[in-house]
Amino acid sequence: MVYLIALPLLSSAILLLLGRIADKWGHLLATLVSASAFGFGVQQFLQMHKQPGSNRAVTQKLFDWISVGTFKVDASLLLDQLSICFVLLITGVGTLIHIYSIAYMSHDKDRRRFFAFLNLFIAAMLLLVLGDSYLNLYVGWEGVGLASYLLIGFWNQNPVYAVAAKKAFVANRVGDLGLSLAIMISFAQFGTASFSGVAAGAPHASSAALTAIGAMLLLAAAGKSAQFPLQSWLGDAMAGPTPVSALIHAATMVTAGVYLITRSNFIFDASSTARMMVIAVGVITLLFGAIVGTAKDDIKKALAASTMSQIGYMILATGLGPVGYAFAILHLLTHGFFKAGMFLGAGSVMHGMDDEVNMRKYGGLAKVMPVTAITFGLGYLAILGVPPFAGFYSKDKIIETAFNSGGSKAIVIGGAALLGAGITAFYMTRVVVLTFAGARRWKSEAHPHESSFLMWAPMVVLAIGSVASGFLLSMGSALVNWLQPVVNASHVASGKELMKPMTVSVLALGVVVLGAGYAIIKYRAVAAEAPEKVSIFTRAARMDLGQDIVNDKVFVKPGFALTAGLVAVDYKVIDGAVRLVGWLINEISDVLRKIQNGYVRSYALMMLIGVFICVLILWMVTA
Amino acid sequence: MFNTPIIDYNLLAPILIVLGGALLGVLVEAFIGKTYRARIQITIAMITVVIAFAWVIKIHKALSPVAAVASVSIDGMGLVLQGTVLALAFVALMFIAQDNHFAPVAAALPGSEEEAEATVSGTQMTEVYPLVLFAISGMMLFPIAHDLITLFVGLEVLSLPLYIITGLARRRRILSQEAALKYFLLGAYSSAFFVFGGAFLYGYSGSLSLATIRQTTITPGSNHIFLFIGMIFVTVGLLFKVGAVPFHAWTPDVYQGAPTAITGFMAACTKVAAFGALLRIYFVGFSGVANDWKPILTTIAIITMVGGSIAAIAQKDVKRTLAYSSITHAGFLLVGIVALNRAGLTAMLFYLVAYGFATLGAFGVVTLVQDSSGEVSDLNRWAGLAKKSPWVATAFSLFLLSFGGIPLTAGFIAKFSIFTAAYASGNIGIVVVGVISSAIALFFYLRVVLTLFFKEPTAESATVAVPSLMMKIGIGIAFAITLVLGVYPNLLFNLVQSLSNLLV
Repeated sequence: MVYLIALPLLSSAILLLLGRIADKWGHLLATLVSASAFGFGVQQFLQMHKQPGSNRAVTQKLFDWISVGTFKVDASLLLDQLSICFVLLITGVGTLIHIYSIAYMSHDKDRRRFFAFLNLFIAAMLLLVLGDSYLNLYVGWEGVGLASYLLIGFWNQNPVYAVAAKKAFVANRVGDLGLSLAIMISFAQFGTASFSGVAAGAPHASSAALTAIGAMLLLAAAGKSAQFPLQSWLGDAMAGPTPVSALIHAATMVTAGVYLITRSNFIFDASSTARMMVIAVGVITLLFGAIVGTAKDDIKKALAASTMSQIGYMILATGLGPVGYAFAILHLLTHGFFKAGMFLGAGSVMHGMDDEVNMRKYGGLAKVMPVTAITFGLGYLAILGVPPFAGFYSKDKIIETAFNSGGSKAIVIGGAALLGAGITAFYMTRVVVLTFAGARRWKSEAHPHESSFLMWAPMVVLAIGSVASGFLLSMGSALVNWLQPVVNASHVASGKELMKPMTVSVLALGVVVLGAGYAIIKYRAVAAEAPEKVSIFTRAARMDLGQDIVNDKVFVKPGFALTAGLVAVDYKVIDGAVRLVGWLINEISDVLRKIQNGYVRSYALMMLIGVFICVLILWMVTA
Repeated sequence: MFNTPIIDYNLLAPILIVLGGALLGVLVEAFIGKTYRARIQITIAMITVVIAFAWVIKIHKALSPVAAVASVSIDGMGLVLQGTVLALAFVALMFIAQDNHFAPVAAALPGSEEEAEATVSGTQMTEVYPLVLFAISGMMLFPIAHDLITLFVGLEVLSLPLYIITGLARRRRILSQEAALKYFLLGAYSSAFFVFGGAFLYGYSGSLSLATIRQTTITPGSNHIFLFIGMIFVTVGLLFKVGAVPFHAWTPDVYQGAPTAITGFMAACTKVAAFGALLRIYFVGFSGVANDWKPILTTIAIITMVGGSIAAIAQKDVKRTLAYSSITHAGFLLVGIVALNRAGLTAMLFYLVAYGFATLGAFGVVTLVQDSSGEVSDLNRWAGLAKKSPWVATAFSLFLLSFGGIPLTAGFIAKFSIFTAAYASGNIGIVVVGVISSAIALFFYLRVVLTLFFKEPTAESATVAVPSLMMKIGIGIAFAITLVLGVYPNLLFNLVQSLSNLLV
């Protein structure tokens, strides 16, 4: 099991340290390593499949990591039903994206280093899902953060990209703060940070402690998975190379939050408050992401908003308790296929259009890029949840579970999830229509062409996954049964059913048709440039949103005033808060620099003031 | 009544060996010609350190609270810190042994003819080695001193040689001499606080022994005003040495001005020694009035962590950045004192080793990055260093990641264990601030890493000098320890755990 992690790590080190010597074959080695990790994962899966349910989890102890008195942490790996799903997703999608990148990055003179970071990412992500304790998970957690930071900033020459890397860094740090505090609380409470140890102690712990751990874990998940209120970085992270967006910011790393919550099911099962917070975060993000998605002209940013929203669905599902976990993972896996496929499609379009990302400059690409259009289209049908494509099996289940979660809140949650599906249909249709259909609005010098075999082959494989994975994974509740021992869903008393699966499917399909239809009518004909004559209100919004005619029109309609509000909140409040923190730290830093003026007399004065402050504190404490 | 004073020479031997080595160095300086002098001095210094280290290991079971009457207490913590100082000094000597750090004749005016002559004739300031050994002996006395006078002697013995060596930089000599003078003036100022505080504590308890002071604090009816004034003043003297805000202001200027190899030595070894003294004073002398001093140290730890990490962001000079980083780490280490439990003590000892080696390694790399006129510490000119020297850039990045507390480096384990100890002792606020400021700190560490790896080298970029064998070994040791302690922390943790006891 350890080779799964060691091999990519080693190959990453080799590529980085050998330097230019490895330029010729570096990408091939990296791809080969990733592929063999996938092969190993498949073999482990088959082996595991032969065992009866209770014997499937395997723990492999590597060594005593920290062992001081009662403070014990083993470096051990845990391969169970949940982690194998991730292992296959990470190495499988990872390998496809390695192959794709060989062609996509072929013009970049630093391709070898790019592949080194990809392998580093794979190793860290595998460690994240294979660690058997929160502390081991934390190692991988920091590792993927580091790799993601390196990969977003890969094209560092461009200052915009460097800013994006910074923002991702800040949001992730806030999340990490949550995770490290959660680990410390569980050490203080249970004396251990291993999953099994915490699970054993959770039923006896006070509800305050469990809620605190749950809230901290949720904060961690929000940071990593771009959930409200830490979502702002994901859109900017799109500055990185597109294969990175596909691998890290769609299929794997951003879903780590879902993994964390599912893994910590024992905490959330025991604290209804924590569960409620999870639901709230999921619902807000799924609507937020979807609405933001309607406002983006940049194809990658639109897809990023969509990722945010889809992960919102998964987080919502995990908050719904034991029944939800399996559906969250199901949606995570199907999403891994269709979203990665669509990102690769977007990359293929950009590749053919000289790195143009503005969808307004696309149009009618289906004719010149047939393979990209078809694979993207299959992914599109999957994310909409059109039967029998993958999303139908996973998303409808989540909506259904939400409706049936009991109590009056179920209607609100279910309704929100349903509404989200409608908006998803709207903005995804907008993307497809603007890009592949309608008139050609290219610049005269653009010569779009279909991408090379190495690029479209992975897209085809992912498209097949987008079509079939949902059906295969839910046939006979395969995945639900598979995960049952981990998420402990057996004791669930099924309450009164509010809605039958059939009703939900019909409803969902209904809103999807509405959303998609509206988008088609709206975007049949679009101008390549945004018009000048608009209201003052629109002008103001435009300054924030960057010349988006579509959005401008949407804003004036009262029904969509909310969009303006939310997008503005995203830009001004949340983004603003991040920038404010950065600005504040810079300012303080500047003041501190001025205090450090080089004069001994002022240093001595500073020390004297320090003495007085100490005296003052002591006086206050003792008085 | 007069008792024969107990002096256990066996237990004091490590310090005496180092002092002996230093004296031998002085003799060499007087009697050996300059052809062989440098080589002999290096050899003496390194052998001395190795023998002293071996002796520390030899006596690690024969502990005694009264090794020299009641003035020196040889206990587990003291020996761990002595060993740490010696191990760090061994690596530091490898860096100091590069002949291009020091002015050929310190007394010559910068830029004078005399200096040029000395440079041409290849004169070297080999007095540096005995001075370093004297400083080491002070650093070894500091953490085992058990009364305030011995503590003061240790403080001065370690400080005086450092004031001198700080002014010996070969290049940018004016800056170096200015730094030395600043260090000296402020050091004297803080020593005055220390002595004054000692006087108050004597007035309070009628004794200078930490054990007696502790006894008095738990006896009801004593005049606590004297205790409090004395406690604060003594603390100020020690916090100056560790570089805690607001007593830190000398740190960036001195670290920048001193010869880089000496900066590394100061940053690593002085901090170990000074934290040893702080630990003993708070865990022994003032443990009875913990509730009174905890708010003070908590406040100082917080402003040190936050202030150090924020100030570091504005820096454009690698040496100054590392100086602020060392201030930030002083804040993290103070968290361990506030925890005031065995876990905190163990974690601090581990932290000091992890921090010390990473610091030495980082400054070692700084000495290597040069252009035609000497070391380059302007961060912008480090751009793209990884392209030309991937190994050096990787080593430097590892040290920075360890400072930042990224898992699988020693720094992560150190930080994690110190915060866990503080959390377990109920100081949750300080832990939250600590985690936040380590996040801020990580920002500037990663910024340096990005500069090394992602920026394109420009015409201005510095190059890495071909390291000598000694440099390679030194940086290699620091690299290996930082990595190995991150993966197998038990190697050190078990040792430290078994020895983390304090004899009163």
